[in-house]
Amino acid sequence: MKNSIKISLASVAVALALTGCGTTGDGEGGAPVENRDPNAGVARVDVADAKGTKLPAVLTDPKSILSKRSIYFALDRYDVSEQYRALVNAHAKFLVENRQFKILIQGNTDERGSREYNLSLGQKRADGVKQMMVLLGVREDQIESVSLGEEKPKAEGHGEEAWAENRRADILYVGEF
Amino acid sequence: MPLKNMNLPNTRRLATRLVATALLCWGSLAQAQLSIEITGAGANQIPVAIADFGGDAGSGRALTTVVRGDLERSGLFKLVDTGGAALTESSPIDFGAWKARGADALSAGSLGRSPDGRMEARFRLYDVNRQSNLGGAAYLTATPQLRAAGHRIADYIYEKLTGERGVFSTRIAYVLKSGGRYELQIADSDGQNAQTALVSREPIISPAWSPDGSRIAYVSFENKKPIIFVHSLATGKRQVVANFKGSNSAPAWSPDGSRLAIVLTKDGSSQVYTIGAGGGSPMRLTSSAGIDTEPQFSPDGAYVYFTSDRGGSPQIYRVSASGGSPERVTFEGSYNVSPRPSPDGKSLAFIARREGRFQLAIMDLSSRQVQVLSDSYKDESPSFAPNSRMIVLATEVGGRGVLSAVSADGRIKQRLSVAAGDVREPAWGPFTK
Repeated sequence: MKNSIKISLASVAVALALTGCGTTGDGEGGAPVENRDPNAGVARVDVADAKGTKLPAVLTDPKSILSKRSIYFALDRYDVSEQYRALVNAHAKFLVENRQFKILIQGNTDERGSREYNLSLGQKRADGVKQMMVLLGVREDQIESVSLGEEKPKAEGHGEEAWAENRRADILYVGEF
Repeated sequence: MPLKNMNLPNTRRLATRLVATALLCWGSLAQAQLSIEITGAGANQIPVAIADFGGDAGSGRALTTVVRGDLERSGLFKLVDTGGAALTESSPIDFGAWKARGADALSAGSLGRSPDGRMEARFRLYDVNRQSNLGGAAYLTATPQLRAAGHRIADYIYEKLTGERGVFSTRIAYVLKSGGRYELQIADSDGQNAQTALVSREPIISPAWSPDGSRIAYVSFENKKPIIFVHSLATGKRQVVANFKGSNSAPAWSPDGSRLAIVLTKDGSSQVYTIGAGGGSPMRLTSSAGIDTEPQFSPDGAYVYFTSDRGGSPQIYRVSASGGSPERVTFEGSYNVSPRPSPDGKSLAFIARREGRFQLAIMDLSSRQVQVLSDSYKDESPSFAPNSRMIVLATEVGGRGVLSAVSADGRIKQRLSVAAGDVREPAWGPFTK
């Protein structure tokens, strides 16, 4: 077998259902997905080599909440706002169910103010996401949190829009960093 | 303005071994030179005439240009037109004629060959009003170091006429970002003679000079995370001083050069520690659940100033260097960061955010009065000149990073930029011996 990564379709469906916007194949719509699979709620992934570059589709499929990797922050703040709770929960759940996966959380800031303060602020943002995940059962050794401060802006501009985009923590899975 | 009257020092004793400086080698010479633009001037400029140096005409002119440029850029002097007069240190002086030109002070000198083939710059400084000799010196130099001799002469004149030490012979370290490259450069205080000490594809931040000027501590991301290095400029030898789990940043030297205050996240969020300048085990200095960063020793070594958000917003605090309970220093506004105590211990420069603008501010440490010194919007990383008179900082003009220097009274402003990139993270070096 060329690729040792196997994901059960049922568990992908579960993962999609967790997003609240998953679609079912039966076309009836409206009804919540009922999954009688004994592994219900468990996105089972077998990875022989977690360092492989190929990630399971559930992490990259745009329809999966797990493909969303960015948590945005308000100016000067490092508390994870309510709107990102579902996103963090979904990643935590995936990591709890797939202990062989490790992630890197990179904290970023906008370009304004002190570079050193921003380095610390980015660390706080990454740590905030990490702490939430640890409380949800992810093992410490599955997560590394680092800061890029203002040094690696995703948006290169110098206005409110770019600044908002850069006040961010990104979740990267092994193979992506 | 009355000039300080001092005895004529022994010129031989004052001769400095500039040749030793010439042996410093930092690697490749940088392509990009800093260019300086002056906006503003001191309130009471001293009118000074710098006569053309006699002797070898070409070299003499180059030397004269350096001396005049330094004095003029300081904003404290008004150069009096010399009408092309070339005077040597032994020429008779027609004080009446110089007084008529409006000069309060006059320097005259010459450039000659010493027996061993080096250049010797000799000069004398006169108080025109008192018709007296203020002193003089001779500097031996290899030809490529003519500029260094010029800076020494300008420092001598500056000190005699203002009573405080000049900083023309000092150097400024900064980071140049050009394309995807980061270079740690060291330039003369006039922006000339830029040399590259380090080139990296990853960010370099927070350069800090050792008190003796021989080493620079900085944070490099070359290993994909912030690690603190100490870099010997003469040899290029680098030593990892802090590479603990998490982030290692914000190095600041103790005044005796034996220790560094640093910021580590190994025990949680960013906290201030001290560590030996050669590494070793860090000792924790601050303790908070939030962010503590940007430590800086006071010049007497008694305190460490730092930025902390323990009160809900980033503010400046200070703690005894031996630990204890910190005292809050800034209160006005919701964002005061990057504390930099002045080398004379009298004031504290920092960056304040006021109505969304990030500006250089200065606090008188005895009265705790704060004055905003800049009218820009994105000031960062202030650094005092060793004589405490000027502050260099990073700012942005037209979307590009430039350096700006402001006098501590806010009157004199200079801008230093490089055509080819962003200049940032300036650190003004110590007095040269």
